[in-house]
Amino acid sequence: MGNRNLYDKKEPKNTLMYGLIDCNNFYVSCERVFNPALNDRPVLVLSNNDGYIIACSNEAKRLGVKRRPVYQFKKEIELYNMAVFSSNYTLYGDMSTRVMSVLSTMVPDIEVYSIDEAFISFAGFDDPLSLGREIVRRVSKSTGIPVSLGIAPTKTLSKIANRFAKKYPAYNNVCIIDDEEKRIKALKLTPVGDVWGIGRGVSKRLLSRGIETAYDFTNLPQDWVRKNMTVVGERTWSELRGIPCIEMECTPPSKKQICISRSFGKMITDPINLSEAIATHAAACARKLRDQKAYAVSMMIFIHTNNFRSDQPQYYKNAIINFPVPTSDSTEIVKAAVEALRRIYLEGYLYKKAGVIITELTKNVQLNIFDTVDREKRARLMEAIDHINDKYRAQLKIATQGNGRDWKLKQEQLSPAYTTNLNDIIQIK
Amino acid sequence: MPNVSPLCSGDAIHSIQYPTNMKKLIICPAEFTTSLALPYAEEGIKAGFPSPAQDYMELAIDLNKELIPHPYSTFYGRVVGDSMKDEGIEQGDILVIDKSLEPMDNDLAVCFIDGEFTVKRIRIETDAVYLVPSNPAYPVIKVTAENDFLVWGIVTYTIKKNRRIR
Repeated sequence: MGNRNLYDKKEPKNTLMYGLIDCNNFYVSCERVFNPALNDRPVLVLSNNDGYIIACSNEAKRLGVKRRPVYQFKKEIELYNMAVFSSNYTLYGDMSTRVMSVLSTMVPDIEVYSIDEAFISFAGFDDPLSLGREIVRRVSKSTGIPVSLGIAPTKTLSKIANRFAKKYPAYNNVCIIDDEEKRIKALKLTPVGDVWGIGRGVSKRLLSRGIETAYDFTNLPQDWVRKNMTVVGERTWSELRGIPCIEMECTPPSKKQICISRSFGKMITDPINLSEAIATHAAACARKLRDQKAYAVSMMIFIHTNNFRSDQPQYYKNAIINFPVPTSDSTEIVKAAVEALRRIYLEGYLYKKAGVIITELTKNVQLNIFDTVDREKRARLMEAIDHINDKYRAQLKIATQGNGRDWKLKQEQLSPAYTTNLNDIIQIK
Repeated sequence: MPNVSPLCSGDAIHSIQYPTNMKKLIICPAEFTTSLALPYAEEGIKAGFPSPAQDYMELAIDLNKELIPHPYSTFYGRVVGDSMKDEGIEQGDILVIDKSLEPMDNDLAVCFIDGEFTVKRIRIETDAVYLVPSNPAYPVIKVTAENDFLVWGIVTYTIKKNRRIR
């Protein structure tokens, strides 16, 4: 297996290609759809609770803003009149549904990887590049969200192709790695730490051995990789060499988000079965959170029907849950997930898949989450939040879009629920 | 007065019994779905028995389905002002906007120009694009390269509340 090279002459030409679709600066793009005046302005989106910058536009990145606590960039926010938003997960969830739904009208095999990313399989399509261009065009046009697509024979390479699609405007948001020359060139230009599946610790170790690029990494002996980096590292190594090891549905979890989803062996219609699946996934997410000593701030659940069955009615829907207090408590997370399912479940569809994504997590909660009823600790948390609020008020007021309102609570930076509340729809003169 | 006899309360189906030869009307609440199904009267449906949703789905007119062929690219907007009033588009009306459609000459379009959303008829000429109001008090806008301009979406329907009650 390890010696098989994808580009051997014996290999049939139409190799199965994977695609990674990724929304460009998704949260920022969602805000911009309904407020195009923000298009050239630096825009920041903050986390629900702890005053972190969780998304910034390219303009803000160029001005040096990073994903850090917002107070660190007080000066820049003022100086460059940056627009600052609280995260509006209701809006982002709805826009995510729209992106994924348009996608699933075009390719049957899609695997939602996070709120703004999905893998697709080009199995059965002769010309992935043309189809890919049409996918990007149609998704962007229909939703207003710009997306990028990386196409390659393995998922890991498609992630790299996606980075190129995003980084270099000449690609027009679609980059394909479909021959040996392109693969090697791409790997040489990719720092090893940027490879999907290579964590910070590992990349440090590799750097200390003089392994700087993804290409250097693929030149390590396979035995060494297996011995030092376990099967996970070996899998990445193979994938970078063009040998697919991660099938659809078997994607390892993302670093930033926790996503657990599974297809059902046979399609289900019963809400009880569906609830069980959602509850199981939610519990697994909670456990992963605790393993990472992290807490869920925001969660998304989704259900969808079988895209392959064009003869059957199709339905894709997600629901967003915001936790007022970040939590890793299984009961709390499961309860919220099942309640959310009740909101989106529709009778009469054959469901193929259900999933739970922790869309925002934090490690900055000091209190023991099982004690949320403990008033003293609760009070301390509130105090901390208020303190942060007070601290940021001045700078955030300056950075608002000039609506003149005095900013009291963080959530007042929230944009309207443009797509989910009739009182919040855009106003047109 | 019609003799209203609700069969069950809450989410279930209500049947309104009209006198003598009128057909029965079933009103289906929309709590569980995004679609508001308005079934037309059908002789075969017996009053007094709430039928499961699937049974009357095919008999219903679902305006979402009829009017919104592309739900994933459809958005709503509310009209502010009277620049299109001669076309019957007035303050407070709700516009159904499809972003997936390519703008064509004479489409009613939601545009973003110089920092604002505006709804106008668009005239696509060889030299420029014109935004045409339906109110003599407003000028035709010629869109030039200087304008910060984009066609945001195409208006497919206008929803107007005709009964003016608060």
